[in-house]
Amino acid sequence: MFKRLSKPRGETGEAVSLKVDGKPIRARAGDTVAGAMLAAGVDRFRTTPVTESPRAPYCLMGVCFDCLVTIDGVGSRQACLVPVREGMAVETQIGKREAGR
Amino acid sequence: MNASELQSSYELVVVGGGPAGLAAATLAAKAGVQTVLFDENPGVGGQIYRGITNTPVADRAILGEDYWAGAVLASEAEASGATIVNGATVWSLDPNRLVGVSIAGQARMVKTQRVIVATGSMERPFPIPGWTLPGVMTAGAAQTVLKAQGLVPTGRTIMAGCGPLLWLLAAQLLRAGAKIEAILDTAPRINWLKAAMHLPGFLLSPYWSKGLALLREVKAKAPVIAAHRVEAHGKDKLSEVVFATGAGERRMKADLLLLHHGVVPNVNLAMAAGVAHRWNSRQLCFEPVVDADFATSLRGIAVAGDGAGIAGGTAAAERGRIAAIAAVQALRPAASVMDVQTVRQSLAREEMGRAFLDALYQPAPSFRRPTGDTIACRCEEVTARQVRDTADLGCEGPNQMKAFLRCGMGPCQGRLCGLTVTELIAEQRRSTPDEVGYYRLRPPVKPITLAELASLPKTEAERKAVER
Amino acid sequence: MTRTADVVVIGGGIHGCSTALHLALRGLKTVVIEKDYAGRHASGVNAGGVRQLARDHAEIPLSVSSMAIWERIEDLVGDDCGFESHGTVLVAESEEELAGFRARVDDLRLKGFTHEELIDQAELRRLVPAVSEHCPGGVVSRRDGAADPFRTTQAFRRRAIERGAEVIEGVKVTGLSRVGDVWRVETSDGPIEAPKVVNAAGAWADRIALMLGEPVPLTVIAPMLMVTSRLPSFIQPVVILRGRKLSFKQLGNGTVVIGGGHLATPHRDRNETVLDWEKLAISAATVWELFPVMRQATIVRAWAGIEASMADGIPVVGPSATSEGVFHQFGFSAHGFQLGPGTGAVMAELVATGKTNVPIADLAITRFLPARKRGEVPL
Repeated sequence: MFKRLSKPRGETGEAVSLKVDGKPIRARAGDTVAGAMLAAGVDRFRTTPVTESPRAPYCLMGVCFDCLVTIDGVGSRQACLVPVREGMAVETQIGKREAGR
Repeated sequence: MNASELQSSYELVVVGGGPAGLAAATLAAKAGVQTVLFDENPGVGGQIYRGITNTPVADRAILGEDYWAGAVLASEAEASGATIVNGATVWSLDPNRLVGVSIAGQARMVKTQRVIVATGSMERPFPIPGWTLPGVMTAGAAQTVLKAQGLVPTGRTIMAGCGPLLWLLAAQLLRAGAKIEAILDTAPRINWLKAAMHLPGFLLSPYWSKGLALLREVKAKAPVIAAHRVEAHGKDKLSEVVFATGAGERRMKADLLLLHHGVVPNVNLAMAAGVAHRWNSRQLCFEPVVDADFATSLRGIAVAGDGAGIAGGTAAAERGRIAAIAAVQALRPAASVMDVQTVRQSLAREEMGRAFLDALYQPAPSFRRPTGDTIACRCEEVTARQVRDTADLGCEGPNQMKAFLRCGMGPCQGRLCGLTVTELIAEQRRSTPDEVGYYRLRPPVKPITLAELASLPKTEAERKAVER
Repeated sequence: MTRTADVVVIGGGIHGCSTALHLALRGLKTVVIEKDYAGRHASGVNAGGVRQLARDHAEIPLSVSSMAIWERIEDLVGDDCGFESHGTVLVAESEEELAGFRARVDDLRLKGFTHEELIDQAELRRLVPAVSEHCPGGVVSRRDGAADPFRTTQAFRRRAIERGAEVIEGVKVTGLSRVGDVWRVETSDGPIEAPKVVNAAGAWADRIALMLGEPVPLTVIAPMLMVTSRLPSFIQPVVILRGRKLSFKQLGNGTVVIGGGHLATPHRDRNETVLDWEKLAISAATVWELFPVMRQATIVRAWAGIEASMADGIPVVGPSATSEGVFHQFGFSAHGFQLGPGTGAVMAELVATGKTNVPIADLAITRFLPARKRGEVPL
């Protein structure tokens, strides 16, 4: 859906590595998790707890809660508000988030 | 900064780091008021100046000079002496001005004498068939990732809706090299007639020439088609946009559909605090009742910026200044501040063209009040039909509707369905949105984890109660 | 012409609506006056616990008779009210606490009540696998459960209307006076006259009582609750604690409701409450310890319903001590939801026939009168 205007390196930001569902992706320091995932071609962030229908970010400004993912074991984080960090483990979220993981 | 470094109280808490919040914090801090600004985004700027301190978009022409004006606000705030905390989510505010805030998973309660809520606006819900499919986003979302991360749509992109921001974004995306298959203009033609009476004011406003230039720029590079119905189709993600024009139904393959029909105040924090709100029949949204200084019905709590009614980014900064001057005068009567009359005059100039834009870009009822299986509440997946049927059965208000259908009870806490549900109930019951009212909002206005809440420091007596 | 009825019920909560339904079923012309809308306050926003467990002896008869109705609630109101019965478990956090529970259960048996049952650690963990390992056992009431409070109140309201009751919402009672042999109920929408009046006005019931010259020490409280986003099912019964304030239940939709009686500041004249986050943090810390699986669950909403609490923690149910034909039904002290269906039936019997076989004498308003007025002190 999206491509970067410039590669994630150079004057605007160092490259950061993180994993999404175990697969490594590269991001730009300063990216949000949602931005990094969109740039890496992820087009499903979660399925809903009600009907398990697929969702991806809708507003990217913290109001729609459709970009909820599990980050480093903590579920239902707003991917559009959390900045990427080196070594971060992101999981897309299926239905009702598993309690206590 | 982490939560444990916060003071237990500040003289002024500003919530939101957009133009209103930045201008307010700058003015207050410079006048010697001990000020903290909480902003939940990774950097300041709000939505309009998103990524202003670190955008990777190097070519200044792409985002335009109006965007770069935000850099001044950001650097002034930085130098003002205000404590600016990003990644800080304010999840509660009460009439006693106790502010619940979380930073990196740690929660704190902060007491303050004055609060300026500058939570800005959000895009009006755009409930069309298929709007929950991956691949359907708001236009603002695409703008956010362009500004903050330098992302540009690829594949077949269609935009739909109306309003000045739609044209601005179209221009920015086109300048950044995106290809737009079509722009579906959903503004009802009749709006021109309704707007005409406000034309004189608009002709004097700064929007007039800028707006026309944008329209020309966009229309030269992308086909603009008038549409009175828009649907997103696809199984697990968007594959096709179906729309109705005067000449019949059309279908276009698409990978990305960007929706926008105006912005509305982001009311959750102020409403949950108990600030009185009213329906604005021109802008078709709820807004806080404020006085000339943007003071609300709750003592010591002001709402500035677009959160107090939509007027745009430049006006938001002026409103922030006016609210901050009132705060300074209350907290530091001896401090010298700029003359509020000057600021009011600038604000009046900025607000001048608003009535015309509001009338011209008022979204058609069919795009605000969906029917059938179209989802009204995205979180709980409640359809328009369910809401309408329940209203027909006697449900008179959104709070009862919540109890019956769970609409508005998911994590977005009604942000994406509140206006829709109010308008649907009003239509079914032949009432008005003002009479129907809005959801009674409850804190936390942003979800917090149990661990985060448990991390709140407790008083000695209460700690003992826990330990038994 | 002044409107008339057989009975005016003041208050459209679960109690007012239940009493109205049972009065209507007895063929009495009943009018409910509700100042907001039915279920607006505590009745609509409580934790939904349908619990016989751990009740004061004085209200056990009402609780047991209510339970019989809850188990056939759909037959009565035409809606299952979301009632599900997976029991309530009172968890002991120490051997000492468990010993106390054992004594209570034994005492109840002697009095002929068998709904409470002591359980050991193995049974506790079978019923509540997610509970922390430090808990040695508890008490279960297996027929207990939970229901949807707003839906239940609405179901009673709807069925009452179907059976001929009138429910007037958005109208306030402003005065009560005796006119001949009827009561004249002044409202913001004009007077209504009826020989019988039921005061089921919840947190506002003391004001109604005061209109009768019957002051009663009522405290307005607002117990706080919070709810999580949807989680996979991990607990069936409702869990409560005694030592610390906690009630905990997972609804069918996966959300978990956390309550237990920490209080917000109520403003009953403005229909508002101000939450106390430091106390909610204590609830959160308790859950954090008791259910480690919940630590990363997200809280999406917290709220408090305004209601009445009596100093002795049990309600006022029975005839007025000063005013012939007036009956009280209030002060349920944060545990009145389960009692609604049965108390309505008992109250309707009392209003219609002047007596009831269900023992409610210990709930009489006279317990708040000065001792000599009660006639208990020899002159």
